[in-house]
Amino acid sequence: MDITLQQVSYAYAKNTPFEKRALYDVDLHIPSGSYQAIIGHTGSGKSTVLQHLNALLKPTEGSIKIGDVEVKAEKKSKQLRKVRQKVGIVFQFPEHQLFDETVLKDIMFGPMNFGVSEEEAKRRAIDLVKLLGLPDEVLEKSPFDLSGGQMRRVAIAGVLAMNPEVLVLDEPTAGLDPRGRKEIMDLFYHLHKEKGLTTVLVTHSMEDAARYADRIAIMHDGKCVLAGTPQEIFSDEVRLMDYRLELPQSIKFQKKVEQMMEKKLPVLCLTEEMLAEELAQFLKKEREL
Amino acid sequence: MLEKMIFGRFIPGDSFIHRLDARAKLIFVFLFIAVVFIANNWITYAILVLFTFLIIRMSRIRLYFLVNGLKPVVILIIFTFLLHLFFTREGAIIFEWKFLRIYEEGLRQGIFISIRFFVLVILTSILTLTTTPISITDALETLLNPLKKWKLPVHELALMMSISLRFIPTLMDETDKIMKAQMARGSDMTTGSMKERMNAIVPLLIPLFVSAFKRAEDLATAMEVRGYKGGEGRTRYRKLEWATKDTVIIVILLILAIILVYFRS
Amino acid sequence: MKREIISLQEVTFTYAEEDKSMRPAVNNVSYTVYEGEWVAIVGHNGSGKSTLARLMNGLLFPQTGKVRVFGEPLDEQSLWDTRSQMGMVFQNPDNQFVGATVQDDVAFALENNGVPFEEMVERVKRSLLKVKMSDFMNSEPHHLSGGQKQRVAIAGAIALQPKILLLDEATSMLDPQGRDEVLSTVQQLRAETDLTVISITHDLEEALLADRVIMMNQGNKYAEGKPEEIFQRGQELVDLGLDLPFAMNVSRLLKKQGVTLVAEHMSEEELVNDLWTSHFNK
Repeated sequence: MDITLQQVSYAYAKNTPFEKRALYDVDLHIPSGSYQAIIGHTGSGKSTVLQHLNALLKPTEGSIKIGDVEVKAEKKSKQLRKVRQKVGIVFQFPEHQLFDETVLKDIMFGPMNFGVSEEEAKRRAIDLVKLLGLPDEVLEKSPFDLSGGQMRRVAIAGVLAMNPEVLVLDEPTAGLDPRGRKEIMDLFYHLHKEKGLTTVLVTHSMEDAARYADRIAIMHDGKCVLAGTPQEIFSDEVRLMDYRLELPQSIKFQKKVEQMMEKKLPVLCLTEEMLAEELAQFLKKEREL
Repeated sequence: MLEKMIFGRFIPGDSFIHRLDARAKLIFVFLFIAVVFIANNWITYAILVLFTFLIIRMSRIRLYFLVNGLKPVVILIIFTFLLHLFFTREGAIIFEWKFLRIYEEGLRQGIFISIRFFVLVILTSILTLTTTPISITDALETLLNPLKKWKLPVHELALMMSISLRFIPTLMDETDKIMKAQMARGSDMTTGSMKERMNAIVPLLIPLFVSAFKRAEDLATAMEVRGYKGGEGRTRYRKLEWATKDTVIIVILLILAIILVYFRS
Repeated sequence: MKREIISLQEVTFTYAEEDKSMRPAVNNVSYTVYEGEWVAIVGHNGSGKSTLARLMNGLLFPQTGKVRVFGEPLDEQSLWDTRSQMGMVFQNPDNQFVGATVQDDVAFALENNGVPFEEMVERVKRSLLKVKMSDFMNSEPHHLSGGQKQRVAIAGAIALQPKILLLDEATSMLDPQGRDEVLSTVQQLRAETDLTVISITHDLEEALLADRVIMMNQGNKYAEGKPEEIFQRGQELVDLGLDLPFAMNVSRLLKKQGVTLVAEHMSEEELVNDLWTSHFNK
């Protein structure tokens, strides 16, 4: 499902003495099936963009096309529910949204709101608990009796259970330990590939953006200031510094090595694995010369 | 929606009213409530209105801001006005239509009561608009201090009030966040029958309570670790300072009371 | 001679004691922290590291074993005295902010300890200066970023002029910028004073800043040593759910690719130098 933001502006508390502009003329095209990262500092407007992606906020100016539904200011749309079913959002600290008596019921909440039958919702919940690496027993437990990491997984299952075509992730691994972080990010990537999802990742982490995304957009002071492939975005270090953003660690290290060798590697190394591979090949060639 | 409310909000400033001691302002408002009841004829009510405008001027709060924020109260005032208008049966009849009769005294009472309401609400608003919540809490604590003798937990009450005030914005953000998260999961709190809406509110309230309890627990731990063990032996960082101007404003109010007594019929 | 500040001797703690199926959150753990040290206690979520924090400041008392602070056993009597010597910063920046404004919050512990007014004003000012938050004296918490709130929490802790600063996952809910703010504040405090720092964390960079690392796993002390000693363990740490320093990860990946290196390096500089000497500088 394609998502296109056209000249989107947004202001909180419009027409009051406390009005605050959050977005200015944001243009962004997210093609179906792509993995789009949105990066920027706290307060750059990336969370506001995120809430537009399934019409939780409507632009004060401009429009958003989500699939074939257009969301515009002041226009009441009966199709918002259709949009919300197709666009699942995993909010930051999603475990805060758990409420039901059992994990099973909580996961079933989303799909059943959208008219999925009870049996089907149950089947999805059982599958998802397995997919997220939780033991079967948790299904009948209260979500509030689980550990923090398990609660996070249940909440994510609750969003996935709606079978969204677009998955929007807002810092989904904040507060997790390194192993948990990697497991969750790998899971989302696996789903992205296997189900052909369109994935939007809102993050502070340059490393995650470089590793997983095939497109990156940079938000700064409410504007979308840069968009392109990771190779394009990270080749412009000076520009990134203007937005107080850094290069991913692997590229920073690549630059150090290049400076020492006085030679350049053919591509930017987006991950540690890529760095090791490129470096090994380069050294091999050098030896053969 | 909540962003538009001004009642209970503080507008920073440096006017004469802003700089008054919070205790002076509190005493002023309480005395004023009594003073308002002295007025009973056109002259005295006119004096009251005049005095109120003087205070508004001194606070340098823009009038439109006050009026805007008072909208919710206006309905209440209109209601009281109509009540007096239709149910007071004294004096000459000034208007008659079918079974509806309006008496002179009814109109007078309606107008007086409305004015009384207005000046009270405006002055209380000015108190909260020009005083930080923390100063109001401090002032209350100091003023109520003598009641400690009768085992009233004054310090605890004041602390509770200040912590509640501090957490209001945090909990509002949280409510907004959870509401949006459940809306994204297809929950609909704005349409449907009363029963459907009540059901839709459960997924909002439970997480909100859970999180509030978690916050309360964390906060209690943090307070304990930072050496909090009740009001006993505590010193105070906030110092209220009573200056001449604070005495002056109370004296002015007393003078107003004397004038009103003189002109009342 | 190094002076002992905190020591745990064979400490065991179980949350629900009567429930025999519960494994202890902390099991037979002993260690000592010395004056002026920065000790990091690391471990995955649920490894018992936060329980240790609570045992060190008397929020919990162990079922067996002893906790000593400043050489004295920690008990109900010494509790409040100990707490006035130990500043603590928690994980959630919002839930530890008591005051209505920044300065009120910093003053909170001072008020509790009966510090006289004039001195209080002075100390609030000085503490805020140290964490570079002086411009925000009158700000309300909901107008501050997470990193700023944590710096205020640090100011509130150091206003009491404690001997120890205990950071209980103080950076885990922050964005990278906030985390850097907090860590550089702590580093700077350490440079200026002889503050002992104990940081409980799963953040690797935070652990690397420490003089000594204590590694927890499933309630047990798994290892203890200098950061470079701990991280030499490589795969073992990964299996326990922790990260390795970037340079070390790359070293390991390079080796897998058949690139010869002298060692698995902790710092990027060492790795670059190694690459240089073994492959170019022939």
